[in-house]
Amino acid sequence: MENERIIETVGLTKKYGQQTAVDQLTFRVEEGEIFGFLGPNGSGKSTTLLMLLGLSRPSKGSARVCGLDPVRKPIDVKRLVGYLPENVGVYRDLDAVESLTYIAELNGINGGTVSKKIEEVLDVVGLSKDAHKKVGTYSRGMRQRLGIAEVLIKDPKVLFLDEPTLGLDPDGAFRVIEIIQSLNRNRKITVLLSSHNLHHVQKISHRVGIMIKGKMVAMGSVASLGKEKFSLEEEEYTLEQIYMKYFEEG
Amino acid sequence: MQGLLSIYKKELADHFSSYRFVIIFALIAMVSFITSYTAGMHLRESLEGVAKPKFVFLMLFNTPGAILSLVQFVSFLGPLLGIVLGFDAINRERAQGTLVKLVSQPIYRDAVINGKFLAGITTIIITLLSIVLVIFGFGLTLLGVVPGIEEICRLVIYLVISIFYISLWLGVSMLFSISFKNIATSALASVALWIFLSFFISLGADVLADMAAPVDRQGYTTPEMVVKNARIKERCSLFSPMVLYSQAASIIVNPMEKTTSSFIVMGPLERLSASRFQNPLSLGQSIVVIYPHLVALVAVTLLCFLISYLVFMLQEIRT
Repeated sequence: MENERIIETVGLTKKYGQQTAVDQLTFRVEEGEIFGFLGPNGSGKSTTLLMLLGLSRPSKGSARVCGLDPVRKPIDVKRLVGYLPENVGVYRDLDAVESLTYIAELNGINGGTVSKKIEEVLDVVGLSKDAHKKVGTYSRGMRQRLGIAEVLIKDPKVLFLDEPTLGLDPDGAFRVIEIIQSLNRNRKITVLLSSHNLHHVQKISHRVGIMIKGKMVAMGSVASLGKEKFSLEEEEYTLEQIYMKYFEEG
Repeated sequence: MQGLLSIYKKELADHFSSYRFVIIFALIAMVSFITSYTAGMHLRESLEGVAKPKFVFLMLFNTPGAILSLVQFVSFLGPLLGIVLGFDAINRERAQGTLVKLVSQPIYRDAVINGKFLAGITTIIITLLSIVLVIFGFGLTLLGVVPGIEEICRLVIYLVISIFYISLWLGVSMLFSISFKNIATSALASVALWIFLSFFISLGADVLADMAAPVDRQGYTTPEMVVKNARIKERCSLFSPMVLYSQAASIIVNPMEKTTSSFIVMGPLERLSASRFQNPLSLGQSIVVIYPHLVALVAVTLLCFLISYLVFMLQEIRT
């Protein structure tokens, strides 16, 4: 693993009125890793992602994504980062190819390469067969995979995935997780994965961070967190046990 | 520019393929055709054997057909077109979760709102232009007259005024679609404001005028009071975009109409010239008469767009 920092934040803070959504967040993600971003609902994970994309302005602190400041150069950041929001929406009246063409156009990809690229990403997410069906008829799992195809069309260096497996059946969730893992392995895409499915996160993440009430309370590999928290060397802890421990304390 | 163009293209395609646009277009087109057709038939009858007056062609637009003239109809129904095109522009994307997706693409955020505005305005232009062109055809076949250059100029100006007037309502409904999360709320708010400004302002103007300068119908009232009353009424009713527009449009489409104010508030010289001279106004003079109306209409429209733009740019994009 190279030691280049893809994401780095220093004292990142976001306040909505009196409420502090993200409090003095300092963390970093290195190139080529899958970083599991954990925390209860409303702990500030999505807000952090929005700030890293330049869609929300930090109240204090700074962030760097691929060496760029998202506040100053949001367009450049968004060119490199594929962001899959929580509960991403679809244009129900379009089919998969039309949706992808629209997203490709917005990314300035046009000309002869578009249709080839669309075929390629549809193949990656396994939607080639349903490419010409209206998205309105898709199941939730298919929509989520279409969402992944839409962020892949720009050849991103980094993926921000916000709850990509939320509400999917076990099979659908498994496919999404598999896709994420293969993207990381084959294309060397760095992934920032926010999820509540601790089992999946443990399976594919190199490191995890646990965020509670806007603060990053723990960061590191699952094994090292287990050691740190329970100080028992011989037994392996699941991420779930570690998470619950932090959660009860937080 | 890249993003703006793609959004513009998609929005335009969405407008033209949506049922509600087809419905409102059919409604406006049907009413316009019937109105101008009946106006044309009336004209043909009344002009039989009479020396052809000037500006016959424009009469298609300003002669009452079935109930109202075409100009009046557009002032009634036009806003509905603007509202239909804009009331769910932003909050629909927000509700279906595509707004976040859109703004996380490498485009400037204003491309989203500008693309939607431009697509709406283009739709309005195409709608109005096609209707006016069909009426042109009616004129040629029904009346057998060819419009003169001045008539064409007047129609072009009329089109531009109408585009601004309908775009004003596009701007208003878009502003509501940005500020209200709920689509039904923004639709209702737009329609409510339209009804209020179009039909209730004049009632309010009456009340206000009667309070400030009471005119007693039975008893004695000074002429000054009557004039004051009429003047207040006139000024207040100009707060309604519909009044603003219909006055401007009727002056531009009808060269025989020389002023927007009523007979009561005219000065003595104005009265004299209005009753003495029956010649039509030249195009330049017509424009001079409605210049304040035009400026006000354009200003209000731009202001509406500006506010929507600012609100959208400063809004937090949260799902």
